[in-house]
Formats: sequence, C-alpha cells, structure tokens
Amino acid sequence: MKKLLSIVLVAVLSLTLFVGCGDSSANGNASTTWKIGGIGPITGDASVYGIAVKNGIQIAIDEINEAGGINGVQIEYNFQDDEHNGEKAVNAYNTLKDWGMNILIGNVTTTPCLAVVPLTAEDNMFQLTPSGSSTEIIKSDNVFQVCFTDPNQGVGSAQYIGANALAQKIAVIYNSSDVYSSGIYEKFKEEAANQPFEIVAETSFTDDSKSDFTVQLQQAKDAGAELVFLPIYYQEASMILTQAEAMDFHPLFFGCDGLDGLLTLQGFDTSLAEGVVLLTPFVADAEDERTQAFVSTYMEKYGEVPNQFAADAYDAVYIIKAAIEASGATPEDGYSAICDKLVAAMPTITVDGLTGDGMTWIATGEVSKDPKAMVIENGVYTNFQ
Amino acid sequence: MSFITYVISGISLGSVYAIIALGYSMVYGIAKMLNFAHGDVIMVGGFVVYSLTNSMGMPPLVSVICSIIFCTVLGVAIERIAYRPLRNAASSLAVLITAIGVSYFLQNIALIIYGSSSKVFSSVVSIPPLKLAGGALFISGETIVTVLACIVIMVGLTLFINKTKAGQAMLAVSEDRGAAALMGVNVNGTIALTFAIGSALAAVAGVLLCSAYPSISPYTGAMPGIKAFVAAVFGGIGSIPGALIGGILLGLIEALGKAYISFQLSDAIVFAVLIVVLLVKPTGILGKQIQEKV
Repeated sequence: MKKLLSIVLVAVLSLTLFVGCGDSSANGNASTTWKIGGIGPITGDASVYGIAVKNGIQIAIDEINEAGGINGVQIEYNFQDDEHNGEKAVNAYNTLKDWGMNILIGNVTTTPCLAVVPLTAEDNMFQLTPSGSSTEIIKSDNVFQVCFTDPNQGVGSAQYIGANALAQKIAVIYNSSDVYSSGIYEKFKEEAANQPFEIVAETSFTDDSKSDFTVQLQQAKDAGAELVFLPIYYQEASMILTQAEAMDFHPLFFGCDGLDGLLTLQGFDTSLAEGVVLLTPFVADAEDERTQAFVSTYMEKYGEVPNQFAADAYDAVYIIKAAIEASGATPEDGYSAICDKLVAAMPTITVDGLTGDGMTWIATGEVSKDPKAMVIENGVYTNFQ
Repeated sequence: MSFITYVISGISLGSVYAIIALGYSMVYGIAKMLNFAHGDVIMVGGFVVYSLTNSMGMPPLVSVICSIIFCTVLGVAIERIAYRPLRNAASSLAVLITAIGVSYFLQNIALIIYGSSSKVFSSVVSIPPLKLAGGALFISGETIVTVLACIVIMVGLTLFINKTKAGQAMLAVSEDRGAAALMGVNVNGTIALTFAIGSALAAVAGVLLCSAYPSISPYTGAMPGIKAFVAAVFGGIGSIPGALIGGILLGLIEALGKAYISFQLSDAIVFAVLIVVLLVKPTGILGKQIQEKV
C-alpha cells in the first residue's frame, strides 16, 4: 500500500516537472487582448490598501473597455492576493504569468513588491506599482511608480511641517523593522536639519514588539513634543492613538500615506483619529469633475469613500493606457517586447490623474507630483490649511 | 516620574507574560514537554471572546466563561489526538515537533475563519483606570485585573497541587511517571487534567492580552507565547511562583531596556539577561535542582 502510494506520488511529482515547460517556449506569450494583472493584499493587515487598489483598477478598466479599449483592444483583468507577504507575492506573480499576463500593476505594499521586482526584471515584464513607495523598488528599469517615493514623503513631511510652522518640538515613532517606515524616517531626519524645528524624541518599535507603546509615548511626552510624526501603517497607528488617549497625551499626530485606512479600520473608535494630519496626494472631497465622477462611481459600486490607494490604482491604468498609446505596443508583441516599448515611452508621457495634474516620469521610474496635506475632521478627510 | 510610568508599563506587559508562562510552566513541569501550541490556544481564547462579545454582543462574562470551556476542551483534545500517541515515542523531539505542527494548525484554522487582518478587540474589563499623582501616573484597569488574576491563579494552583489528591497525583507524575503509575496513579488522566488547566489558563491569558493591547489576529499568540516561554525558563520552568516572577521581570527588563538603552535592542537585552541568569543559575531563578538518586 505504501509502495503504491509512493509510486503515485512520484508520478505526480514528475508530471509537475513538465508543467512549467508548456508556455516558456513562446517567450512572452502573445495574446489578443491586454491581460493586466494586479497583486496586492486583499486579506491581512494591509488589506484596506489592496482592496482599494483592486477596486480602483476595476473601475478604470471598466471605463476604458466601455469606451472601446486601448487602441481598440479590450482589457482582461486578474487580481491576486499577496497578504502583504513576500512569498505569497511571488506565488501570486507566478499564477498571473500562467494566466498570460502582459503587464503587471503591483504590488500595493513595499515589502512584497521588493520580492516580485527581481522576477519581473528577469522576465522583462512591465511593472507599475500604484503605491509601493521605496526607492529600492524602482532600481530595476522595468518598474515605475504612481505614488511618491519614501524619501519624497520624508522630505515632503519635514518641509510641510517646517513651512507651515506646525510645531517646534517633534517626536518620531517609527517601525525599525519595516522598509517603508524606516525609509521615510531617515529622509525626514536628514531634512529636519534644514527646518526650523527640532526632533526631541526618536523612538521606534519592531514587528515583534508592537503592542505596547507606552514607553515611546512617555518619552515623547517628557520631551514636550507638540507633534508626533508617525511614518507607519494605520494598524499600529490605531494602537498608538488609543494608548495616547489613555495617557492623556494629545499632540498633533502627523503621518504619511500609510495612515490612510485609519477611518475604515474595523472596530476602531474613529473619534480618536480626529485632528490627525496626513500627507497624501488624493482628496475624496476635491471639487474637480474627475475626482467627483470617480468618487461617485466608487461609492455606488463598493459602498465606501475611496482612499488614496484606489485613486493611485485608477491612475495606474490610465498611465498604462497613455504609455501604450504613445508606444504603439500591441498584445501580440508578448510581454517582453511590450515592456521594452513601454519603458521607452514612459519618460515621454504626461498624465493628468486623480492624484496629480501633469504627472511625469523620469527613466528611473520615479514620478513627479506635489503632495497635499489632509486632516481628519468629523470622521472624514478634508483639506488641511 | 517617567521611571514609574516605565515600571508600570513593564509590570503591565510582564503580568500578561506571567499569566501565559503559568500555563507553559505547569504543562512542562508535569508532562515534561514544551507545548509550543500554548501561544495559539491563547489566540483561540481571544477569538472566542471576540466572536461572542464583539460580533454577537454577548455579555463579556458569559463569553469569557465560554472561551475558558472551549479552550479546556481544545487543550484536552490536542493532548489526546496529537501528544498522547507520541508520549512513549523513542525521541522526545517527536512531541516537540508535533507541538509546532499543532501551533501552525491552529494559526491556519484561524486564518481561514477570520482572515489575516488584525481586528480591534474591545476590552472586556470595565474597571476605570487608576490615576495617581494628579493624572501624571496612570494604571489601566486591564493591568490591575491582570496582576490580580495572576496572583489568584498562582495561589490557586499552588493550593491545588499541594492540597488536593489530583494535585498530589500531578506532583507524583512530574517526579517519576513510571513510579507514579506503579503506585496506582492514572498517568494519562493526570496529564489530560494538566492540559485542561493549562488551556483554561491560556483562555484567561488570551482575553487579558487582547484587552490590554486591543487588537487580535491569528498571529496574536505567537510572539507573546515565545516571550512567555522565556519568562518560564527565566523563573525556573516547572515552578509556578517562578513563572510569575519570570514574567514580571521580563516585562520590566523589556520596558526599561526600551526606555534607557535602545528601542531596537530591547528584545536582545531580554535574551542577554536570560543567558546571564542561566549561566549563574542553570535552573532559572526559582528552579529546583532535582537530584537523581541511584
């Protein structure tokens, strides 16, 4: 019986050896429609971002398909979950490749994105990340960003706080085990030297010890910080806000795009987030027509106000459309040739999107646009003046 | 004044470690095995309360009792299915590996049911925080309850082991399983009882952990479980008062290490202290050296 089982197992295993061989001979499998793949966390700690991106892409693709596609070619779309985890992201990428993806929109968060980038670079697959913000991501030529880079966010935050004289004494709480968080923090600290404020407390935590923030908050309080800079994700920020409230410590909390999602966190008392300021390129209550149309479609389809990530993702699809139109690529080219054409076209295009007018790219993949500051007031994001 | 805040923060964290360590230590002392799934039973305990109170709106006390019953049954079932068949296996590593397997099994089940995102856990403790020195010092209701629960459990367990027949049977099994069996002690029954008590404690620990740091995910139990294991070794594994002392010390070292030495090194400092303690006293602070008689 055992012998039989092992023979069956060996047979199955040897069959799987051949599975990969089928399409590799095609070298960038050609197709008749655009096959756009997406990867992001639709479950897990960062799921708010992944779901927003998935929905944002869907809306843009529906619009484009309805209007006749890109150069008359329809788009097919497949989104895979990475749970904000590198290994799962690699699996998701392989699934999408098997599906026949031409272009990748992803990943949503930095850590899994860094796991996928070496694969897309090796395959020469065009990759546009809506929200992966580390500069490490765009080190490969085939990768472009829709959102700001971490240094931009760090420098931007420091300049914004300085220019608007929000505070004199600033404390920082960052996650030293996270690339996104420490990346922003380092640039913030560098830029702070040129600004009219002082960092009075530098504190951190790691993924292994992120439940108790009393020590960090107490040091900020002792140092007389008027503003606490939180270059972290909303999950930990929600704990910090809760514990600060318990300690009766009420500075101005200032964060970056990672704080986006705080208001939709399940079970979180949103009154604690009142007055939190964050730098983000998208404001759902902006008056312009494009934003209004997007927000109303999103609310109609998914029943909530879109966050910045949904907007980044929506823009990502239109950026790809613009790049395809500029380059004249077709799905028949196969992904490798498509990638070469799009990479050449990216620095030449200018896109007006939800997250900025006149977005342009340099060949390294970095986007240029201006950050806006938002404040949470009465449970919604509003423009911060 | 800040120093006192750090101490309170350390005690608050330490008392959670201590309550987890009690379960670890007891199971190790009697069954002589490291139950690495203990941390995940804590997570299950937390999720039972989360489902009943936060989602279905049942009164906290009822859901805590349900959680204790559920974890007790779960603990006995794990022991019966996963550990007992391996108890007389040639290598004691077999049970250890199984325990790691059970730990992942519980985590993955929770992932399937609840997904991997953290959820905000609303505290089941309704005691208002204690404010001292005009509001400058602050002790949360959760900390008070956790410390009290720790002491009550410690005293209760000590009395149970020393004063009851079942407790004496546990002591006998822990000293010499073979001899205890010869004297008519039901070894399997005693070990099952140990797991039942250990898992009930895990449920209590889970509820207190999630109340003190209001967030729950399938990975909630993993890191505190490991830290509590360290606490148990620190205090002398197998010793019940040792678990309490080890837990509180661990919390204090972690909080003070963060405050005065380095945030990034706080975990490393904890382990460095552990190494020093074990070098000086290999059985832990309150561990007993059992002499083998020939």
